[in-house]
Amino acid sequence: MTAAPDHKPTFAQISLIEQLDKALPILLVPILVVLGFLAIGAPSSWLTLTVSGLAMGMMIFIMASGLTLVFGLMDVINFGHGAFVSVGAFVGISVLIALGEWTGTASLLLNISAVFLAVVAAMAVTGVMGWGFERVIVKPVYGAHLKQILVTVGGLIVVEQLIHVVWGPDEIFISRPETLKGAITFAGAAVEKYRLLAVGVGLVLFLAMRMVLRRTKIGLIVRAGVENGPMVEALGYRLRMVFIGVFVAGSALAGLGGVMWGLYQEVITAGMGEKMMVLVFIVAIIGGLGSVEGAFIGALLVGLMQNYVAFLEPKLALVSNIALMTAILMWRPQGMLPVVKAK
Amino acid sequence: MSDPILSLNAVHTDIAQYHILQGVDLAVPRGQVTMLLGRNGVGKTTTLKTIMGQWTAKSGEILFDGQDITRMPVSARARAGIGFVPEDMGIFHDLTVEENMMLGCASGPLDPNRKAWLLGAFPALGTFWHSEAGNLSGGQKQMLSIARAMAEDRELYLIDEPTKGLAPAIVSTMAQALRELKAQGASILLVEQNFSVAKALGDTAAVMDDGRVIWSGAMAELAENNDLQERLMGLSMEAH
Amino acid sequence: MIVKLLSGDQPRSKVLTTLLLLILICLAGAPFIFDGVRPLDTAARICIFIVLVASYDLLLGYGGIVSFAHTMFFGLGAYGVALASTHMGRGFDALLVGTISGAIAAVVLALLIGLFSLRVRAIFFAMITLAVASAVAVLVSQFSGITGGEDGLTYKIPRVLTSANRMGEFLGTRISGKILNYYLVFTASLILFLLLLRIVNSPFGRVLQAIRENDFRAEAIGYRVVWYRTVATCLSAATAAVAGSLFAIWLRYVGPDTTLSFEIMLDILLMVVIGGMGTMYGAVIGATLFVLAQTYLQNFMGSASEATAALPLIPDLLDPDRWLMWLGILFILSVYFFPTGIVGRLRQGRSS
Repeated sequence: MTAAPDHKPTFAQISLIEQLDKALPILLVPILVVLGFLAIGAPSSWLTLTVSGLAMGMMIFIMASGLTLVFGLMDVINFGHGAFVSVGAFVGISVLIALGEWTGTASLLLNISAVFLAVVAAMAVTGVMGWGFERVIVKPVYGAHLKQILVTVGGLIVVEQLIHVVWGPDEIFISRPETLKGAITFAGAAVEKYRLLAVGVGLVLFLAMRMVLRRTKIGLIVRAGVENGPMVEALGYRLRMVFIGVFVAGSALAGLGGVMWGLYQEVITAGMGEKMMVLVFIVAIIGGLGSVEGAFIGALLVGLMQNYVAFLEPKLALVSNIALMTAILMWRPQGMLPVVKAK
Repeated sequence: MSDPILSLNAVHTDIAQYHILQGVDLAVPRGQVTMLLGRNGVGKTTTLKTIMGQWTAKSGEILFDGQDITRMPVSARARAGIGFVPEDMGIFHDLTVEENMMLGCASGPLDPNRKAWLLGAFPALGTFWHSEAGNLSGGQKQMLSIARAMAEDRELYLIDEPTKGLAPAIVSTMAQALRELKAQGASILLVEQNFSVAKALGDTAAVMDDGRVIWSGAMAELAENNDLQERLMGLSMEAH
Repeated sequence: MIVKLLSGDQPRSKVLTTLLLLILICLAGAPFIFDGVRPLDTAARICIFIVLVASYDLLLGYGGIVSFAHTMFFGLGAYGVALASTHMGRGFDALLVGTISGAIAAVVLALLIGLFSLRVRAIFFAMITLAVASAVAVLVSQFSGITGGEDGLTYKIPRVLTSANRMGEFLGTRISGKILNYYLVFTASLILFLLLLRIVNSPFGRVLQAIRENDFRAEAIGYRVVWYRTVATCLSAATAAVAGSLFAIWLRYVGPDTTLSFEIMLDILLMVVIGGMGTMYGAVIGATLFVLAQTYLQNFMGSASEATAALPLIPDLLDPDRWLMWLGILFILSVYFFPTGIVGRLRQGRSS
């Protein structure tokens, strides 16, 4: 049997350029950190801001990951994703308030257990809600972007209003569990404990997600489905089931993000999810719709940018992220790590 | 002869407002290579996609192994035993060759013997086993697409223009692999423009025009009859 | 003559024609037909929202583009008038300068957003407009030195247009500058609406609809899809800005809540969907019904909530503050079951 004429030389070359191409967005994070250092000057403030920027980025990533995958898999853009953030926050915080005795004592074990239970409750509720949302709101409008946007916005409004019905019209203030309060001092900089925890949780989740996507069959199906859904079906996989699974998981993650964001801000409102959607969209767009890695890098960039600029010129914080988005889209119109769509 | 593995009876398919398939009748005999021939745009690719379920037949029926699959979802057809190699190959560019092959096995891991056989047939895939499929050359992608469809034992393979734009050396590799596949007892429905390949591989042939099958019979009969070719396809295939 | 004014786009339904005529007569004679300040205010709002919603329909219904920045353009026009009136003093020149600069700002911004996002995918546009609009809303509330922040701006408009200007009596109604002001709003709205009707029935409008139906094909035939969509965005933005200017002239006040909030964006979406996307007349029906409902139905909900106070949960659901929830449900249902809106239904009824 004759082998194909070999294409090895070009192969290696393309690969090298592509590797560089892929590495560049990842390098943006350290570049931004260094730029932040130069602009801020004081190392201690810089360290504090960097940690809170990373913490914020991780939380945005947790909220954005589901949205971007759902879009990649089924071309569904869920403008109601923010509703899960709000509901997650309200459920989680209600559990924490109910477990007031556990959170009030300075016992790490009790505190963590309370937070854990709150997260489990929030994720369970938002996961189930995601399943219902997919069936009732999203399923009837597959393939029609315009209707999708309209209907999911409608869903967002209704869920937000239902939060008001259940939890009342006012925002709820909460304080973090005892052992998560306060800061540790490191190299003259005060770093809040909770932010370190948020960075840790975000990092672990990202790595776990990456593992699932890279190392498991279901992850393979998801990645292949993002690129070419019809082919995945033609190989014998029920993409719709996979999609529902991703939708539910993404909703539950948004709920987790909601709890974490609520504890970070120490106040929750029904509109918080809607507000977060702005950042989530920016992150999903600059990362490249459908790319989890892109969303991760994008979220870190947005979090860092927001914190650095808020320190330097508070009024421009949100605008700076719009500027970041503009700059990245000028550089790469499809986002930093665009998903190859076979069409 | 036993009943055909696949038969289409009066299948009509619309794409948007266009009426593409206008009553296709087609039978694919078991264990044979059936060539689906015809000029561009007569509905060959649409026929394959309708069999696979990527387009839904508006009317008519599709029987696979005696079972009516006309309204079955795509994935169920694949699990029932139909392998598909689309015209655009459907390679997952972001995934490695290995991962593409793993996805070819919907019901479990890739059997080592089958892997060895496939790598024997397509050595290039072994060389690039851990590379991203997007970096393969056109011919290698085509091999991957076919090997992926063969990764699991299936009864029927639908293959759309596997030799399009390929160098002659690769075409013969491909033809050899298809022959081996047939030797294992699989049935193949093959869309092919390259007449020498069609002649070499085909047992039976069906010629389409204007959304219908206008002639079917033994490949040898068609190959020997220039007048028939001229009449059916508007040109003599020998000219290619 | 009338057909020409309507650019040949007739209502094509008897019920619809009657409804439109009724609305036109009520709006044209509002100061004389209805008594008091509130109906006049409602009528002015209806006029302005008809233009705002119609300009949104140009984008959504005819262009197939979803934008969340329409209130931003509306706000640009409103703040244009407010800032000009604040800094140039009261006068028609300030109103004119404010209106024009607001419209120019809207067009420039729309052009930038359009060139950025429409080039890639139409769906980017929805997400990017959402981000930009919220950034602008935040900016407006933060730069309170210029914009008055959350409190907004109050300013003076030419005395001729205020109720201080008394001009005697006509048909038993005292004619004041307020009524003059109303007719300024009414006339401008009518002209703008007819202009929009002309645009959607022009060759440009037809290409836009062809693109909405199938952008790949339109591109293949040789139309520059991005260009058409961007121009539609700019036209729509400019009209929305002028509507905002009218609103500012009428209210003599602008603030983030009345011009920029996401809630108004949702109102616009609702009006266009309920009235009927891609029909222009849908904007008239949708805006009229919605503003009337908003003004009068909330009172009704309040009394219903009180009446059911003894029951669990129901009073909470009927609370006037939950108004938005019912709108949301109505919205989802109309997108599913009523995608052509009221106008579409009325026309269907005729043809069948």
